[in-house]
Amino acid sequence: MYLTLKGVEKSFQHNTNDKLKVLDDISFDIEKGQFVSIVGPSGCGKSTLLYLISGLDKATKGKIEVAGEPVNNPGPDRVVVFQEDGLFPWATVLDNVMYGLLLKKTPKKEAEQKAKEMLKLVHLSNYAGAYPHQLSGGMKHRVSIARALVMDPDILLMDEPFAALDEQTRMTLHHELLEIWRRTKVTVLFVTHNIREAVLLSQKVIVMGTRPGKIKTAFTVQTTQDGVTPDSITLDLEQKILAALEEEMEKVLREELGDDYSFKTGSVHRDSSGDMGSGI
Amino acid sequence: MLETLFTGITGGQITEAMFRSIGRLLFGFIIASTLGLFLGYLIWRFKIVDETLGFLVVALQSIPSIVWLPLAIVWFGLGETAILFVVTIGATWTMTMNTTSGFKNVPTLYQRVAKTFGSSGFHLLRTVIIPASVPQIISGMRLAWAFSWRALMAGELLGAGGGLGHLLETGRSLGQMDLVISVMIIIAIIGTIIDNVVFTKLDRSIQKKWGLSS
Repeated sequence: MYLTLKGVEKSFQHNTNDKLKVLDDISFDIEKGQFVSIVGPSGCGKSTLLYLISGLDKATKGKIEVAGEPVNNPGPDRVVVFQEDGLFPWATVLDNVMYGLLLKKTPKKEAEQKAKEMLKLVHLSNYAGAYPHQLSGGMKHRVSIARALVMDPDILLMDEPFAALDEQTRMTLHHELLEIWRRTKVTVLFVTHNIREAVLLSQKVIVMGTRPGKIKTAFTVQTTQDGVTPDSITLDLEQKILAALEEEMEKVLREELGDDYSFKTGSVHRDSSGDMGSGI
Repeated sequence: MLETLFTGITGGQITEAMFRSIGRLLFGFIIASTLGLFLGYLIWRFKIVDETLGFLVVALQSIPSIVWLPLAIVWFGLGETAILFVVTIGATWTMTMNTTSGFKNVPTLYQRVAKTFGSSGFHLLRTVIIPASVPQIISGMRLAWAFSWRALMAGELLGAGGGLGHLLETGRSLGQMDLVISVMIIIAIIGTIIDNVVFTKLDRSIQKKWGLSS
């Protein structure tokens, strides 16, 4: 087991003595080199869980270990790719990618070379000298992925990295991410609310429930993954995950809209791709 | 009058006063900027400082800096130091307030990104917090400059030791209105040049680099 979570709990101080429990008794293991997704309804604490693993936030209870070492602080071995690209607007693309390397005390020449190689991997070598605002949304995300990968992290933590992108860009990036993952053999933990994305990309999908956030079930995905085309196996799995999530969604809606809300099974339009008949 | 302006500049009377004033201003301005940055950092970093000094700064900022002159004269005597004090104090509070709000408004995302790469402490300040608040710091400097320029003129007018303000006072006591107006023109020109050329350019180049305007 590479990344281990044992009984992780997280509460936020709501008022002075009112505590809000966001995560309750989260336990799972991830093996080295695995691509694992976490799906769940909004507000179930997926992102919080990711921040706990990254060390940006501290768990109230429980243990988080990477290769046997407990996680205390954020470190370059567990880099996060955020939903927004988070590129520094005052630095060029190359400087952005080099940021972490220079922090690790890599000699400048070597850092520059590595950053350029990484930019080539995400097909942006022509934009090394550009400033972030000159790039499109998809390009910015490529840079932010390059910036994380150049650190050669043990675990890549991705927090809905493609949520803000359009469908075409997202599909291309899925493809490229898988390619990079196969090449670098980095362990990926991918948080998303898009079930199809989770199923297509990962080897294992963890489904989370909400209020408080806990692990509901986990599915293993068995299919060749090109990250773009769904097949009968993935579609079937999508349905299973959706069924598992439906109960949770009802809980969220009840809480938000009141108890009289009645939720009809199967009333939610599936998936976001919007392709009518894509399951035929 | 134009003749006075011309001979004043060539003859050195106005030029000398001008350099004297600018020298003082730069000195005071640099101290104020450094101090403002430092105080802004403290207010941003420590909550207790924010609650105490932060409030005080707002109060102090509302005092026109020339009001400090009587106190400065008592402390330092009527001379170079007193004027410098007034110039510095006029700019420091504005600078502090702008720095603080700049630091406080650095998006959490940038800080998180830097932290996941292992940045913290002084490195975080140097590579993320300060660069991210540069636009705010520059507008703070612009304001600080305007405040200290006004404070300097008032201080020189009342105090002693040369400078453009003092030259104004000389012109008045000698009844030389042409000199007074020449000096006013010079003051306006310097103010415009610094504001429109130096700061506007700086501002614009940053806006462009950040993609805030084309």
